[in-house]
Amino acid sequence: MDLKEKLVSSFLAFENRVDIDSPIHDIRTEAIKAFETTGFPSKKEEAWKYTSLKSILKEDYSVFPKQEDALDYKDVKKYFIHDIDTYNIIFIDGKYSSHLSQTTHDKMDVCLMSSALNKERYKTVIDKHFNKIATKDSLSSLNTAFSSEGAYIHIPKSKVAEKPIQIIHFSTGNESALMLQPRNLIVVEENAQVQIIERHQSLTDNPVLTNSVTEISADKNAIVDYYKIQNDNANASLIDNTFIDQKGSSHCLVHTFSFGGKLTRNNLNFYQNGERIDSTMKGITIIGDKQHVDHNTLVHHIEPNCESHQDYKGIFGDSATGVFNGKVVVEKEAQKTNAFQANNNILLSDKATINTKPQLEIFADDVKCSHGCTIGQLDDSAMFYMRSRGIPEKEAKALLMYAFSNNVLSSVKIPELKQRINKLIAMKLGVNIGFDL
Amino acid sequence: MLKINNLHASVEDKSILKGINLEVKAGEVHAIMGPNGSGKSTLASVIAGKEEYEVEQGEIILEGEDINELAAEERAHKGIFLSFQYPVEIPGVSVTNFMKTSINENRKAKGLEDMPAKEMLKLIREKSELLEIDRKFLSRSLNEGFSGGEKKRNEIFQMAMLEPKLAILDETDSGLDIDALRIVANGVNKLKSKDNAVVVITHYQRLLDHIVPDYVHVLYKGKIVKSGGKELAHELEEKGYDWIKEEVDA
Repeated sequence: MDLKEKLVSSFLAFENRVDIDSPIHDIRTEAIKAFETTGFPSKKEEAWKYTSLKSILKEDYSVFPKQEDALDYKDVKKYFIHDIDTYNIIFIDGKYSSHLSQTTHDKMDVCLMSSALNKERYKTVIDKHFNKIATKDSLSSLNTAFSSEGAYIHIPKSKVAEKPIQIIHFSTGNESALMLQPRNLIVVEENAQVQIIERHQSLTDNPVLTNSVTEISADKNAIVDYYKIQNDNANASLIDNTFIDQKGSSHCLVHTFSFGGKLTRNNLNFYQNGERIDSTMKGITIIGDKQHVDHNTLVHHIEPNCESHQDYKGIFGDSATGVFNGKVVVEKEAQKTNAFQANNNILLSDKATINTKPQLEIFADDVKCSHGCTIGQLDDSAMFYMRSRGIPEKEAKALLMYAFSNNVLSSVKIPELKQRINKLIAMKLGVNIGFDL
Repeated sequence: MLKINNLHASVEDKSILKGINLEVKAGEVHAIMGPNGSGKSTLASVIAGKEEYEVEQGEIILEGEDINELAAEERAHKGIFLSFQYPVEIPGVSVTNFMKTSINENRKAKGLEDMPAKEMLKLIREKSELLEIDRKFLSRSLNEGFSGGEKKRNEIFQMAMLEPKLAILDETDSGLDIDALRIVANGVNKLKSKDNAVVVITHYQRLLDHIVPDYVHVLYKGKIVKSGGKELAHELEEKGYDWIKEEVDA
């Protein structure tokens, strides 16, 4: 039985296990039908031309993980940004871990999707936002069909979340192969602000496939600052589907740090439903071996006077492969749009590959749109310059690569996180850069 | 300190240096002059260890050791410093962080611990004052958006930080106004001692009014065709290079 059949046939059992009377029963049923019709995307589809799921779909994934396996905080502390106070929503093999989490209901909700889907007090928000902005493509539909757990964050009007929220999904290797489908809903009301750090971390080499959907609603003047740390083990793959609905004058900033995993696909979608909106996407990808990272972005400019900024840097070594596919749509009404896109890459080996494709669809006539992609090697003259000052080749390379990715980090607003990312970059480059990171 | 014997070097199969002989002793200042395209910058790059240049024949001996097979960083660790004609911009790395890395890598090569932060700051302050460099300048990205004069001052600042045995100044005077020239020359002169040596590569004589050479060599078509004292520089300033070309080509 292939994975598609297995998932489709598991659906009824899944619903029985969670709650057949759930208010989202109809949504789930419809979604599984959509997935059954389309199945997993193949390379024949334009959006999947350079990313093949074939090798990761052949594993015999367990769809219903066993009960929660307790983890000691001290064993997983290093995966937390632990030097600052944060709210934590932690999952172990797809199940909520109360002892690792710190949630709140004090003037805002930082809690669980399972509660939100089942409790009456969340019904208004769920009805208004759940599965509204997510597209009905096969992978998002698959997630919707099995949606039962994840993070639920609701920041009411004018509330500024006083500390960042970390969402971490651990997988323990209890199952020989595990498929996870976390579902997050983040609703940030007018003038509210939140910072979120999300991470998926496998603790063993057993294969893990995560198909995640995150819906974010940013109302007028809201500020959402979202950080994705993708530094997973060699057999862990992630398909991240993120959908962001922005209203007037809201600012949403998504940083994606892709340093690990087997296959990572980021489907990051922004919809600008209002004026003076700012959408920013930044990414640093540093991979080697046979790792694959695909950034597939969409910004839909629907109304006038909005901006979007995309800045993705990639460093690819060994036989690593990268994809950047950045689509910007500017509707006819969206005059005075400023849309910028940059994708700069360094290939460290002859076998490394990057496929980069800007896609601009502009229907308005008074707009500023720019895009640029570069693919290069490290600058020889800069290398000689640094080496002539006594900096050895390896360190000089690292310093150049660090410098190359550095401007993406300047917009990270949590200093401890920035420090951590800097350390991850240094580790990934295999050197201890001789100055304070 | 430095002895170059019959040095032949080429880049991309184009022969540029065709038998250079040069000896620089500790405490000396040598000037290498010559018309454009004579091989001056190539000589500087070959001594510093630029990999694109192929040494076909000859030796470069630093303090008795042939350094021809050494990587650029190893030559730096042994005390060679090249002040670039066109310093490279490195966005994202501040002057201070670059200098810290450079100093500590040089120390590491000598088996020393990293320089304590306090000491480093003191050294940076002291040397930046010598070159009249503004504090704010030190936190800027290395050479990025620097004026020609700032870049050159920054080169000599790095030289002051690293205290090399042999400093090669490649066209350090180009792009400098008279004030910057004075500052740079003053910096170099303060760093001069009986234990180190300076090779000044220049097209014009004006820097040599400030950094007075013990010897002047004229490089033409990949060879040193004339050597003399500082008066040779004045002669070249007056008469240009044509008479030398005529002498050699005759």
